[in-house]
Amino acid sequence: MTSNGPLWLIWLLATSAAAAVMIAGLLYGGAARPSLVIGRMTDGHHQIELACTACHTTAFGGKESIQKACVGCHGAELATAKDTHPAKKFADPRNADRLEKLEATQCVTCHTEHRGEITTAMGLTLPPDFCALCHQDIGKDRPSHEGLAFATCTSAGCHNYHDNRALYEDFLERHAKDPETASKPIVKLRASPPEKSTDAKPIVELAAADAPAGKSGDAAVAADWLASAHAKGGVNCSGCHAPGVKSKEEYATRWIDKPDHTVCATCHKDETATFSAGRHGMRLAPGLMSAVDGPLGLTRKQPLTPMRPELARLPMSAKAHGTDLTCTTCHGAHAFDTARAEVEACLGCHDDKHSRAYVGSPHETLAKAERDGAGVKGTGVTCATCHMPRTTREDPDTGEEHLLVVHNQNDNLRPNEKMLRSVCMNCHGLGFAIDALADTDLVSRNFAGRPSARVESIEWVMRRLKEREGKSAGSAGSK
Amino acid sequence: MKISRRWALACLSGCAVVALGASAMAKGIAYKDVADMLHAVMESDRTVYTRKVVNRLTLKDKVIKASEYHEDEKALPLPAQMFRFGAEMVAEKTDKFRYSLLSLWPVNKQNAPRTDVEKAGLEFVAANPGKNYYGEETLGGKKYFTAVYADVAIAPACVGCHNEHKDSPRRDFKLKDVMGGVVIRLPMTD
Repeated sequence: MTSNGPLWLIWLLATSAAAAVMIAGLLYGGAARPSLVIGRMTDGHHQIELACTACHTTAFGGKESIQKACVGCHGAELATAKDTHPAKKFADPRNADRLEKLEATQCVTCHTEHRGEITTAMGLTLPPDFCALCHQDIGKDRPSHEGLAFATCTSAGCHNYHDNRALYEDFLERHAKDPETASKPIVKLRASPPEKSTDAKPIVELAAADAPAGKSGDAAVAADWLASAHAKGGVNCSGCHAPGVKSKEEYATRWIDKPDHTVCATCHKDETATFSAGRHGMRLAPGLMSAVDGPLGLTRKQPLTPMRPELARLPMSAKAHGTDLTCTTCHGAHAFDTARAEVEACLGCHDDKHSRAYVGSPHETLAKAERDGAGVKGTGVTCATCHMPRTTREDPDTGEEHLLVVHNQNDNLRPNEKMLRSVCMNCHGLGFAIDALADTDLVSRNFAGRPSARVESIEWVMRRLKEREGKSAGSAGSK
Repeated sequence: MKISRRWALACLSGCAVVALGASAMAKGIAYKDVADMLHAVMESDRTVYTRKVVNRLTLKDKVIKASEYHEDEKALPLPAQMFRFGAEMVAEKTDKFRYSLLSLWPVNKQNAPRTDVEKAGLEFVAANPGKNYYGEETLGGKKYFTAVYADVAIAPACVGCHNEHKDSPRRDFKLKDVMGGVVIRLPMTD
């Protein structure tokens, strides 16, 4: 009989080594981390799956720390959306029995991460009839809802769990008679001047450029800059390439060849913040690390790299693979041509049916007409018109409103009724827009044609109104 | 001097009551008093907003509407909303107490009574004007002291809105009627 001692020793060493690699990968990151991600991440988070601490802020923080992380990234958006089911609404102990069925104070109750096999649209990991847990008696209050399947509450274009700004009853009633298209359909115009402008005078000649010797770039770069909104706003070369440097003598030594989004944020704070909240820029959000400094220098602090089209889950053009997504990817360094950023830049990467169908669509025809001078300013509809809309936001502290170009293209994307007020209703009536967004085929054709879907919510509201009016007329007559 | 057994017993029991009282005081203020104090503030603020802001500006001066959809309609929040916004803000700041505005005739059906104490309390304050209801209940495994105070129609704006609202299940309210109740809950630690 032979001894198994050496084999056991090898097994023990190998197991210990494997465990060490795993633990190091989880705690410090590095090469092992990608293979340690559990399950398929949601579409919303897969880009940042290597930055574990984005959600797992502490090793033993429990559900409180996860919830804090959720609110840290999504709280402002939910507040803007006038969240109809905020956690604070369930804080009263009178809801204790409800919370036992559905812990509605925790985001992860409905949006559990790492569970690709049960994840549906919007990162939902619950069966779609969850509304029944609290609203099972809705038929008593609303006879029109009697017998409706609870799985249709949020899928029929009638209700959303969080954002009902365009779907509540009085809003539907108020807009019931909207025409399909407004008589003067115009979207919000660009803010002028930008949110933070300088007092400097416009720069009109190349001689005024303040780049030090060897940093001037070629003639095309100079011409692009001179024609840009930056030059018109008095922003010289040093404004972006030597931000904050007061002395001209220091330009050469403190020159940044390729300023990143943090430099753009100096003046375009809101745009940069919203960019880093969406799928184009979320990998550049502050503090997201794929690795941190580990023991013995085995791992080094490593921020996530910018998003690249080949990492996306949507169809992207192979030609765009390898492109880092930063501010200048769409806006182009020096020219900062917003017209290019509104369509050309999008179609350079996005290769799905909806994107491809934009060319030749009614919206594109309007955009061309505006560009050619035939259409009134604000009548053109580009990719950015809908996906990065100009929106008025209110400062929660001061109450002041300002116009913002939302650079988080996911902000109003799903459920798509979120787009109704911020985008569609600038030009279209509510009923027409609800039907159009409910027609998935029409969406994929980029709205070439008329909606074939019919969401009956407005009819139901008007029927109820009529019943009420009938009742009050009856009671008045009987007096 | 000879003290009778009866006097001795009376003195002893008196001392015991004082000792118990002192002990209760040492622990803090009684739940009922805390709830009453909280309600005094809530009721006063609510009355001021209803009478001096909503009723005055909407019915007397007629310079602005009050609406459930006050942001969309550029109007004043309804008094009930003002109260609930405060309750939600408090819920984000502390778990020492919770309060809500409920009714046996709620415009929003989610504000109907849900627990036995809520139901008993709302029925009691509706049937006994000027009196409050106090009870204890266990919710989610925790024990609560629950106080219910009548919510009275203190201004014509209250009556008009509730009688005309499309979702109101009762439309014959008059001024000074009990329309619902303020429910205050304090987690009990002993």
